[in-house]
Amino acid sequence: MTATATDNKMDRRWPEAGVHHVPYWIYTDAEIYQREMERIFCGKSWNYVALAAEVPNPGDYKRSWVGDRPVVVTRDQDGEINVFVNRCAHRGVQFCKHNYGNTKDFICPYHQWTYDLKGDLIGVPLRRGIKKKGGMPDDFKREEHGLDVLKVHNHNGAIFATFDHDTESYEDFLGETIYGFMDRIFDGRELKILGNSRQLIPSNWKLMFENLKDPYHATLLHVFLISFGLFRGDMKSASVMDESGRHAALVNRRGEQKANEGTTEMTRMKEDYLLADPRLIQPEKEYDGDVTVIMQTLWPNLIMQQQSNSLAMRHIIPRGPENFELAWTFFGYADDDEEMDNRRLRQANLMGPAGLVSIDDSEVLKMSQDSIAFYPEKDGLYEMGGRGTEDHDHIVTETAIRAFYKVYREVMGL
Amino acid sequence: MSKSSIDPDLRFEVEDLYAEYADVLDTEQFERWPELFTDDAFYDVIPRENYERDMPLAIMRCESRAMMQDRVRAIRETLMFEPRYIRHLISSIRIRPEGDGMVSVTANYAVLETLMDEMTKVLNAGRYVDKLVREDGELRFKEKRCVYDSSVVPNSLVYPV
Repeated sequence: MTATATDNKMDRRWPEAGVHHVPYWIYTDAEIYQREMERIFCGKSWNYVALAAEVPNPGDYKRSWVGDRPVVVTRDQDGEINVFVNRCAHRGVQFCKHNYGNTKDFICPYHQWTYDLKGDLIGVPLRRGIKKKGGMPDDFKREEHGLDVLKVHNHNGAIFATFDHDTESYEDFLGETIYGFMDRIFDGRELKILGNSRQLIPSNWKLMFENLKDPYHATLLHVFLISFGLFRGDMKSASVMDESGRHAALVNRRGEQKANEGTTEMTRMKEDYLLADPRLIQPEKEYDGDVTVIMQTLWPNLIMQQQSNSLAMRHIIPRGPENFELAWTFFGYADDDEEMDNRRLRQANLMGPAGLVSIDDSEVLKMSQDSIAFYPEKDGLYEMGGRGTEDHDHIVTETAIRAFYKVYREVMGL
Repeated sequence: MSKSSIDPDLRFEVEDLYAEYADVLDTEQFERWPELFTDDAFYDVIPRENYERDMPLAIMRCESRAMMQDRVRAIRETLMFEPRYIRHLISSIRIRPEGDGMVSVTANYAVLETLMDEMTKVLNAGRYVDKLVREDGELRFKEKRCVYDSSVVPNSLVYPV
């Protein structure tokens, strides 16, 4: 990889310094955005699309997106999960408009072209014409005009899809460490969906991904996390990646609500902050070991959240260079009792569009975009924890962001 | 429903409560917001899609007045957000007295939000599905569910709906 890769036709050059300088034009440029859709999301990547528990029965479907491209996730009569484009092969209509449902087939409303649950074209009205007039050419073959079907991987209930059927295996794509983190949550137990929420954040999608690779901000910005010791820099923590650096995980352990020499610069920490109803953050241990938080970022756009008992998939859906949707799916396990359900639902108050923690992020991301959009020639500075891209056993680091951009530059030819 | 089935005094009292509710939030007297609820009240702001599919996940969920007070304190002291105004429009208030003093109320609402550099927009639109009881002579919310149609929230929802 070089900073001026030969396939870079755009008049854009990554700063000489390297990945610890990130140019602001990558958050606004329409050509960059289109290239991201083609190379990152439609390239050799496994994209999160749904949880299998969202489509539990044959005929169930859910709308989803790969990058900004609409797809449909179905469970067919054989019980298999399928993912195909939500774009009629005839004239491009987005034929599925219900977010969820159950059906035996999909009929495009425009000319009633009909597809089965695997995405095969099974009906073309008036194909033979009317009274021997008109109709499709004799050599038209229905089987050649099914919907574009994506390759699917089901990791114990987490569904990933890729447009490129030559993408490496899901296991190789994640690497051993990240696979292990995913397997910790998706361990084969049946899942229970608690519900979804969606928000449109007026900033570039990468700023959200960076946010979850940036433990430095978490221990300063989020009063709720640091005051209650839910995520804090003085606790034993780590910022770890797969071998390529495209995926990352922030690992932390719950601390006490007590200041120490490690918290002196966390001026937003409130040692005497008492909740009127402490049930909000009373966690119950449910995984082996003493780790209480693992926030994973899976290339290209999934955040897998385990904060105490709050489990959620945060699916980043780009909506043009300067907006993205964050689609949250909160879940637990099918054998959770009522108490655990309630605990997860209560802790969900910290996350989501009205989250006591995540509001800080959606607000600050907008404030970033509000400014950097007007300074495309300037760079962001990412030197916390050095200029390298190796794992760190602390959180005073931006290493995972640098590693992300190392891979990003390779894939994007920048 | 016959027009005489609701006691006019009750209707005025309910309408007063909703006017008070809107005013307390729109004028940012957030500390007074929990006072309009009973001690054991339940309050949530839930996407209509979850509500209709019997999925419990809400984006804001308070299981007691104390949790509402915690939400207010977070707004005042801990959350970081851009300055904003909100404005509640509440209409089509429909009242159904249940037995034992409980009153079921549904109403349509729209919450407008104004950020400093932007045009006013609809932040959240939906339907209140509420249960009111009388406590110390006053009508209070025992349960208030804000079931919102506007599934994609424009950025953040900071203040209660």
